[in-house]
Amino acid sequence: MIAQNIAFWIIAVVMAAAAVRVVTSRNLVHAALFLITVLIGASAQFIILLAEFVGVTQFFLYVGAVAVLFLFGIIVTRAPMQPADYDNDQRWPALAVSLLLLGVLVALLIDAFGHQEIELSDDLLAIGRSDAVGNSLFRTFVVPFEVVSMLLLAALIGAVAIARRD
Amino acid sequence: MALNQFLILSAFLFCTGVYGVLARRNGVLVLMSVELMLNAVNINLVAFSAFVRDVGGQIFALFVITIAAAEVGVGLAIVLLIYRNLDSPDLDRVDQLKG
Repeated sequence: MIAQNIAFWIIAVVMAAAAVRVVTSRNLVHAALFLITVLIGASAQFIILLAEFVGVTQFFLYVGAVAVLFLFGIIVTRAPMQPADYDNDQRWPALAVSLLLLGVLVALLIDAFGHQEIELSDDLLAIGRSDAVGNSLFRTFVVPFEVVSMLLLAALIGAVAIARRD
Repeated sequence: MALNQFLILSAFLFCTGVYGVLARRNGVLVLMSVELMLNAVNINLVAFSAFVRDVGGQIFALFVITIAAAEVGVGLAIVLLIYRNLDSPDLDRVDQLKG
């Protein structure tokens, strides 16, 4: 349990610092690379929580596909490579809103779940394995699964239709 | 491990995403902040899945990952269209409906 805790805190600090840099960086490509750091960190947290399948999927889908999409988005909008100001003029109200939200959320969470513990044991490992996840996905959640596949098809066609040059 | 450490990490990531959505001007950066918020939700779902020992939370996290991929595709197409029409990806310049 000690080892997992140390790993959690190291990864959590890296994730928090990278997340702050995503929203404050003055260079688009750096922001994308910091976002990739946060996504890899989330994948590592899933592995710590013994959710192997979700962790690996997160790694492949986000770091493999979404990050590349973002880099393509930066390329096609011809972002300048030198640092520039990407913030609008509501930086201080935005900071106030997010700090207020953070305060409310942390107070609520400590009040509601202050003494709850997650027990990392072998039965949890059995829940997160790909055979258990696959069984649940294709038995209990098969209708949402099919709906999501239709949604992906619609998003694919929609993205092509929107971005097409007429 | 305490459940709260995951939840507070997730709350921090979510609030960072909220700040990014409100304070950023570039469309691609706004989409990145939305991605941060979706990831915070995923951490919450998986942490609660481990807490109540039910696989449902992980399935929901998988669905969120899928929807996020679709959302980035459509979102970047919209930003590309804004760039093509206005010659800049700044969302502040999308104000033609303003009275």
